[in-house]
Amino acid sequence: MVKVFIYPVNSLILADLVERFGHEPLAVMNQVREKVTSISLDSPPMNITPEDPKIGLRFAAVEVPAGVRGRMALIGPLIEEAEAAIIVEDPPVNFGCVGCNRTNELMKYLVRSKDMPILEVRYPESEDNASEFVYKIAAFLEALSGETGEETNDENKPGPEAENKGEPAEERKT
Amino acid sequence: MTAEKEITKVIVISSDKVLPVDAAMKIYESEFPVTVKETCFGLIVTGPESDVLQMTEEIRQLDKNHIFVKDRGFPAGDERRCRAVRGGGPRPGFHFLREEVRMLPAIGAALDELETKGPVREKKNEKSRLKVSELERIIESQLAR
Repeated sequence: MVKVFIYPVNSLILADLVERFGHEPLAVMNQVREKVTSISLDSPPMNITPEDPKIGLRFAAVEVPAGVRGRMALIGPLIEEAEAAIIVEDPPVNFGCVGCNRTNELMKYLVRSKDMPILEVRYPESEDNASEFVYKIAAFLEALSGETGEETNDENKPGPEAENKGEPAEERKT
Repeated sequence: MTAEKEITKVIVISSDKVLPVDAAMKIYESEFPVTVKETCFGLIVTGPESDVLQMTEEIRQLDKNHIFVKDRGFPAGDERRCRAVRGGGPRPGFHFLREEVRMLPAIGAALDELETKGPVREKKNEKSRLKVSELERIIESQLAR
């Protein structure tokens, strides 16, 4: 089981597909749960404590808007923990809690600069695109769980729109 | 003895065969100690981790390629998110979920196709004749709506 970071970080489709193919999705919902359901709420109602900006500062400098640091306090540890990542370009809704463009750019930059397998696909806009979208993600996730190394990696290499960097995470574990 | 961690799952049903109420009834019948809330897209289930995971897997098996599950941070009916105490309006996260729900029939069909054809990744844009079985499946799914 590989820990797969997903972007958009709260995507139902991605979280479900990753879980369906036997991996662990690293989604922001789990981070939120840790904060809002802990027994001792230090700072109700959302339990945002002075420690959170400090975590955010590990990923974004002090000049960066506070919202970016706040979001990175939740998302940054997920990227650190990730062993693989799926990035969906142009998701339809990029506003609200996940609509901070600076955070999204920083998040994608951090993911891309980490040495791990990454799949980049476009959000499907039609039924045909949806099939291709699912096939690419399925192939990527199957390749992650494949133990056969190079052969599996070549065989399951994503299409031209996708990018698979490095070796599958399981192989790099020491 | 420490209490088991409570988790919450959102179960989104995009099936021609299963309605959210069917899934809710299955949970009630199972007697798992979980809290269930029906929503416009499916269900929200909160409870001890092992129970919720087992329950969601059972629900998923009702129509596995058309029932989608994701985690949720806040428990079902949490006052910080529930619209009943926030004066109405869409809850945070609703808009993206709605956008994704629009794509779920196509994602489900792709998963069906992937399941029947196996782990092959052939080109999808080749033109070919429609199989009778495929046509039957399309008609049945349209009639079931």
